Amino acid sequence: MSKILIIADHDGVALNGAIAKAVACAASIDGAQIEIAVFAESTAAIAAEAAALDSVTRVIAIENIANKHLIAAVVAPQVVAISDGYSHIFGLSSSFGKDLMPRVAALLGVNQISDIMTVESPHVFKRPIYAGNAVLTVEAPTDQVVIATVRTASYRAAGANNSAPIEVVDIAADLPSHTRFVELQAGSSDRPDLQSASSVVSGGRALASTENFDLIYALADKLGAAVGATRAAVDAGYIANEFQIGQTGKIIAPDLYIAIGISGAIQHLTGIKDAGTIVAINKDAEAPIFEVADIGLVGDLFSIVPELTDALA
Amino acid sequence: MEKILVGLKRVVDYNVRVRVNSDGSGVETAGVKMSINPFDEIALEEALRIKERGDAKEVIVISIGSSDCQQQLRTGLAMGADRAILVATDDATDSLTRARALLEIVNRESPELVILGKQAIDDDNNQTGQMLAALWDRPQATSASTIELSGNTARVIREVDVGLETIEVDLPAVLTVDLRLNEPRYVKLPDIMKAKKKPLDEVALGDLGLTAAPAITEVLFEPPAEREKGVMVDDVPGLVAALNEKGLL
Ligand SMILES: Cc1cc2nc3c(=O)[nH]c(=O)nc-3n(C[C@H](O)[C@H](O)[C@H](O)COP(=O)(O)OP(=O)(O)OC[C@H]3O[C@@H](n4cnc5c(N)ncnc54)[C@H](O)[C@@H]3O)c2cc1C
Ligand SMILES: Nc1ncnc2c1ncn2[C@@H]1O[C@H](COP(=O)(O)O)[C@@H](O)[C@H]1O
Repeated sequence: MSKILIIADHDGVALNGAIAKAVACAASIDGAQIEIAVFAESTAAIAAEAAALDSVTRVIAIENIANKHLIAAVVAPQVVAISDGYSHIFGLSSSFGKDLMPRVAALLGVNQISDIMTVESPHVFKRPIYAGNAVLTVEAPTDQVVIATVRTASYRAAGANNSAPIEVVDIAADLPSHTRFVELQAGSSDRPDLQSASSVVSGGRALASTENFDLIYALADKLGAAVGATRAAVDAGYIANEFQIGQTGKIIAPDLYIAIGISGAIQHLTGIKDAGTIVAINKDAEAPIFEVADIGLVGDLFSIVPELTDALA
Repeated sequence: MEKILVGLKRVVDYNVRVRVNSDGSGVETAGVKMSINPFDEIALEEALRIKERGDAKEVIVISIGSSDCQQQLRTGLAMGADRAILVATDDATDSLTRARALLEIVNRESPELVILGKQAIDDDNNQTGQMLAALWDRPQATSASTIELSGNTARVIREVDVGLETIEVDLPAVLTVDLRLNEPRYVKLPDIMKAKKKPLDEVALGDLGLTAAPAITEVLFEPPAEREKGVMVDDVPGLVAALNEKGLL
C-alpha cells in the first residue's frame, strides 16, 4: 500500500489552493493513504483547510516560530524527522516545493522526480522535459521513498467535503539559523489569481509599454480573467515578474487563454499546454503561436483588442 | 572571498526544436547544436562580476559529463573563468550523483560560493543546487534575481510565485540563478585564444568514489500530445462568434 505525505504550501494564513491538486495526484495512486503536513507558526486555520480535502486521512501540524516564513533549509530537516513510514512524499511544483523537495531528497539520500504529470503506477510517472518538447516516463526504485513534486496544472482539484483528524506534533530537529527571511514583496492584485483563473489574457513584447498593457487589463476585466505575460514583456518592465508564464514562469491550465502580441516561443508555450482553448491575436500570420491556437486572428492588436473589449460590453 | 565555483552543464541549445528519437530511447542529438545551459552562463557572468569588483580572487568552472563538455568549459574560460574542472564520465548521471560529485570538488576547493543555474533546460529538474546545499549542510538561495554580498553573508532576492522574496544567507552557500540576474557577456576572439592556455583539469567520476548508475530509470521518451488544428477567423465579430460557440463568453 502507498502511504503518501504531502507537504502543505501556504502563505502563513491560508492553504495554497493547488494542494487540492496534489491530493488529486496522490489519490490517483491505487490504494493511497494520504496525509498532509503543515509547517507553520500557527497551523490551525491552514490545517483545517487541509483536513477538509477529500481522501486525506490525517493532517499533521508542526507549529514552530521558525516556520513563520517557509524556508527550505529550515523545513527540510523537519520533513526528514517525520518521514518514516511513508512510501511517497510530495510537494508542489511551486517556488516553495521546488526549493524544498530536492533538499529533503538529498538528506534522505534519494533522487527526486520533478513535475509529475501522470501517475502510471505507484512507482512509474510521466513528466515533461525539454520545456515540454518531450514527455519522459520514469520508474523509481521500489525499495526507497519516492520524493516528487506535482505539476499541478495536470490535475483538477480534489473536493473539500472531508474532516480528517488533525494532530499537532512536536519535532525535535536541529534547525539551522544560517538562512534568514528578510522580506516578501508580493504584488497586490485584486484580479483573479493567474494559477487558478478559468480565463487568462496575456500580453507580449508587442504591447511595447507599461501604459499599453492597460489594453490587456481592460479586456481581462471584461472577461473576469487573470493577466499574464511573456518573459519579453516582463524583462522590458511592462509588468511584474510574477505574471510570467512559461518554462521559467508559471505553468497554467485555464479554460481560455488569449495570447496577444505573443510570438509563441517554445519556452512560453510550455506554460499553456494544458489550456482548454487558446486564442491568438498577432499581426504576423507566420507566428508559431498560430500552430497551437484553437482560434487565430491575424491583425494589429492596437485596433483588435479595443474592438474586442467593446464588443464584450 | 577566495573562490567561487560555477557549474556549467552542456545541453542542447535552447533554440533547437528538440525531437524524440524513433525508438523512444531519448531525444535526437546527432548534429544538434550544444551550448552551456543558459542559466549557467548567467551564473558564470555573476561570478565574474563579483571577481571584477574585487570581491573574489578566483572563479572555477566545473562540468560533469563526457569529454565533449570541454567545449563548454573552454567557453567558460574564454568568458573569464580562471580554471576549469571536468568530472569525466561517459554514463548518464542523476541529480544526486551530480550533487555528490560537486560536493567532492567543494571539499577539495573550499569555495565560499557555489553558483549554479536554477534548472538545466534539458531535464528541467531544478534540483542540483538544493541537493548540494543539503549534502554540504549549507544554505541555499534559489532562483536569484539579485545578489548582494557583504562580509560573510549574501542577501539574495529570489523570484517566487507571488513576487520577490529577500533572504539572507551565511557563507559558504549555494546560489542558483534566474534569468533576470544579469545579461551574460559575449566571448571575444582574443579571449578564446587566451582560454586555450588556462588550466582544464580532469578527474574521473570513479576517482571521486562515485558511480553513475542512475537510481531512477528513464523508461520511455515520447513526443507531447499534439493539439488539434485550430480555426482562423477574419475579424472581431468572427472571434466573438467562435468564442460563443465554445461557450466561453
Ligand atoms: C532558458 C529560457 C527560458 C525562458 N523562459 C521563458 C518563459 O518562462 N516564458 C516566456 O514567455 N519566455 C521565456 N523565454 C523567452 C522566449 O524564448 C521568448 O523570447 C519570449 O517568450 C518572447 O516573448 P514575446 O512573444 O512577448 O516576444 P516576441 O517573440 O518578440 O513576439 C512578439 C510578437 O508580437 C507580434 N506583434 C508585434 N506587434 C504587433 C501588433 N501591433 N499587433 C499584433 N501582434 C504584434 C509579433 O508578430 C511577434 O510575434 C525563455 C528563454 C530562455 C532562453
Ligand atoms: N552535469 C552537470 N555539470 C555541471 N553542472 C551541472 C550539471 N548538471 C547540473 N548542473 C548544475 O545544476 C543546475 C541545475 O540543474 P538541474 O538540477 O539538472 O536542473 C544547472 O543549471 C547547473 O548549474
